[in-house]
Amino acid sequence: MTVLESRQGLEIHHVGKVFSQPGRPDFRALDDVSIRIRPNEFFTLLGPSGCGKTTLLRMIAGFEHPSEGEIRLDGADISVKAPYERPVNTVFQSYALFPHLTVEDNISFGLEMLRRPKASIDETVTRMLALVRMTEMRNRKIQQISGGQQQRVALARALAPHPKLLLLDEPLSALDLKLRKEMQIELKRLQHETGITFIFVTHDQEEALTMSDRIAVMSAGRVQQIGSPRDIYDRPANRFAASFIGETNFVTVKLLTVSATSGELELPGGTVIHAGVPDGVKFSPGKATIVVRPEHAELVGAGAGNLAGTVTNIVYFGTDTHYHLRLKDESSFIVRRQNRHGLSFGPAIGDEVGVLIGEGVAQLVED
Amino acid sequence: MSDTASVSLALREKAERRRSRLLTLPAVLVITIFGILPLLVIVAFSFMSPGAYGGVEPPFTLEAYVSFLFSRDIFDDTLTFTPDYVLIYLRSLTFALGTTFVCLLLGFPTAYFMVTRPVESRKWWLLLVTIPFWSNLLIRTYAIMFIIRDEGLINNTLIGMGLINQPIVMLYTNFSIVLGLFYSFLPFMVLPLYSSLEKLDFRLVEAGYDLYATRSRVLWRIIVPMAKPGIVAGCLLVFIPTIGAYVTPLILGGGTHLMVGDLIAQQFGSSRNWPLGAAQAIILMAGVLVALFFYVRTTSEAKLHG
Repeated sequence: MTVLESRQGLEIHHVGKVFSQPGRPDFRALDDVSIRIRPNEFFTLLGPSGCGKTTLLRMIAGFEHPSEGEIRLDGADISVKAPYERPVNTVFQSYALFPHLTVEDNISFGLEMLRRPKASIDETVTRMLALVRMTEMRNRKIQQISGGQQQRVALARALAPHPKLLLLDEPLSALDLKLRKEMQIELKRLQHETGITFIFVTHDQEEALTMSDRIAVMSAGRVQQIGSPRDIYDRPANRFAASFIGETNFVTVKLLTVSATSGELELPGGTVIHAGVPDGVKFSPGKATIVVRPEHAELVGAGAGNLAGTVTNIVYFGTDTHYHLRLKDESSFIVRRQNRHGLSFGPAIGDEVGVLIGEGVAQLVED
Repeated sequence: MSDTASVSLALREKAERRRSRLLTLPAVLVITIFGILPLLVIVAFSFMSPGAYGGVEPPFTLEAYVSFLFSRDIFDDTLTFTPDYVLIYLRSLTFALGTTFVCLLLGFPTAYFMVTRPVESRKWWLLLVTIPFWSNLLIRTYAIMFIIRDEGLINNTLIGMGLINQPIVMLYTNFSIVLGLFYSFLPFMVLPLYSSLEKLDFRLVEAGYDLYATRSRVLWRIIVPMAKPGIVAGCLLVFIPTIGAYVTPLILGGGTHLMVGDLIAQQFGSSRNWPLGAAQAIILMAGVLVALFFYVRTTSEAKLHG
C-alpha cells in the first residue's frame, strides 16, 4: 500500500494559467486542466500551437507557476517549487545544449549539480552514452556533432539524473522525416529501458498515435479528450478531437433514440444505422453529427450501401487511393481504399457510387 | 586553346589583385600616418639626448632607458638602481587592475539587467549608460570633485543631517582616483558585456535550472562562460586606457599619487626630458602589449577547449 502511495505519478489538479502583462489584456493559456499521469507511462500532450500544451509542460518543469489549481508529484505539491528542486528533467525543443561544454560535460552537468560522487558520475555518463549510442562522441564539442546526435545528447543529459518525469517539448520537430521515425522508436526503447515516466508534447498526431500509451488532446487551453491512441482515434469525444487526429468525415444525421453506449440514427439517404457514443457525453434525439473515418467506409456500386454520392476527385497515394465524393445533401465525403491487386470496381470522376457504413463504424460526436 | 584560356584567366586574376591592393590604400595610409609614423617618432626620440629647452638632440644613446631604472652619480658616473619609476608603474598597474575589477563587478549586473529588460526599452537603457559620454571628460571629473570634496555635496549633506561632525576625506585619495576612473570607463565595460549577454540564449539558463543548478551556479557555470568574449573585451577596453590615464588621476589624486600618465607629461613639460618621456611611453606600451598577448592567448586557448 505504501509502495503504491509513493508512486502516485503526476496529478494535475484543476490547473489554470493566466498571463498578464501591463498594458495588454490578460491571456488565459490554460483553463481548468485536470490530468493524472501514471508512473512509467508514455503520455502525450497533443494539440495545435497555442493550445496550452507547452505552458502545461513548462509548469510541470517549474518554469511557470499555475494561477489556479495544483500539481502534485507522488503526492507532494510541487506547484511553486523551483525547477532545480523538482526531480523532473526536460528535453528542450531547441535541445539547449551548453555550447561551451563537451558532450560528456553536458551529460554530467545535472549530476554535478546534484553533487554526486565523481566515480558515480563517470559511470552514469558512460552508461548514458551507451544508452543513446554516442559512446565515440564523448569528447566532442556540441558544434561538432549533427542535429540528430545533439538530440541524443539532450536525451542523455536529461535522463542521466534519473528523474521521476522526463518532459519532451516537441523534441523531434527539428529532425528530418527519416531521423524522426528512427528517434520515435528510439524514444519508446529508452522509456522502456529506463522505466521513467515520459511526458511528450507534440502537434504531430501521427507521432502521438504511434508512441503514446495515452494522449491528452488539447485545444484553446482545455483538455478535449484523454485516452489511449485507439480510444482517441476510434471514439473521438468531440468534433475537435475527431478532426485534429486523422482524417474524418462528418455527417449530419437525425438521432432517433440514444442510450449511454449506442444511438440509433437516420442517415441523409433515409437508412437507419447504429453509432457508438463516447464516454461521458450526453446526446438527445434530434439533429446530431457522426464521424466516419475514410478507411472505415466502403465504396460500393450505385444504389447499394447506405449513402449515395458522386465522385468529384480521385487522389492516388501509392498505398491507397482517396475518393472524394459529393453526397446528395451537398456535403463532401472521403473514402480511402487500399490499392490491392485485383480490385474490380474502380469508379471514375463523375460516377455515381454508393457508400457502405458498416455496423460499429460510425461514432456520435459533440459539436 | 586551354592554354590561352588559362593565360587570360591569370591576367584577369592579376588585374583583380591590383585593384584590391588599390582599395586597401586609404586604410594603409591612415594607419601609416596616424599610427606607425608617430610611433616611430617616439621610438626615435627615446634613443636621443634631451635638448636644453626641450626637444631632442643627437647623439643617439640608451641613456633614457638606463635612467628609467638607474640614477647616475654626477661625480663618479656610477649607476645605482632606483625603483622610483618602476614603483609608479606598479601603482598605475594596481589602479588600472582595481578599476577594471570594480567596473566588471558593477558593469556585469548592469549589463545583465539591461538585457533582461523588454526589447523595446533596452535602447533607452543603452542611451542612459552612454549619457556621460555626452559631456567633456574634464568637466565630468571636476563634477566628481565637487561631489566628494570636504565641502562637497556628500559631506555637506551628511553634516547637515547631523550624521557626521567631521567631513569624510574622499578627495585626493586612492578612493577618489579609482572612483573617477571607474566613472569614466564604466561604459567601456558595460557595452561589450551588453552585446555578448544579449546574444546569450536564455533557454540555456532554463536548461541549467532544469538540471538542478541554483541561481549562483547557473551564473558561474553558464552565464559567465557564455559572456566571456564580452568580459575579455570589456576588461581590455577599461584596462588599457586606465593604465595610462592622465587627467583623472591628476585632478582627483591632486598630484599626491603620481601615475604613469602624469609622469610622462612631466618629462615633456617641466622636466624637459623628452627622450625619457618617450622611453617611458614605449615601456608602458610594451608592457601593455605583452600583457595583451598573454591575455589573448589564454582566452583563445580557452575558446579552443571550452
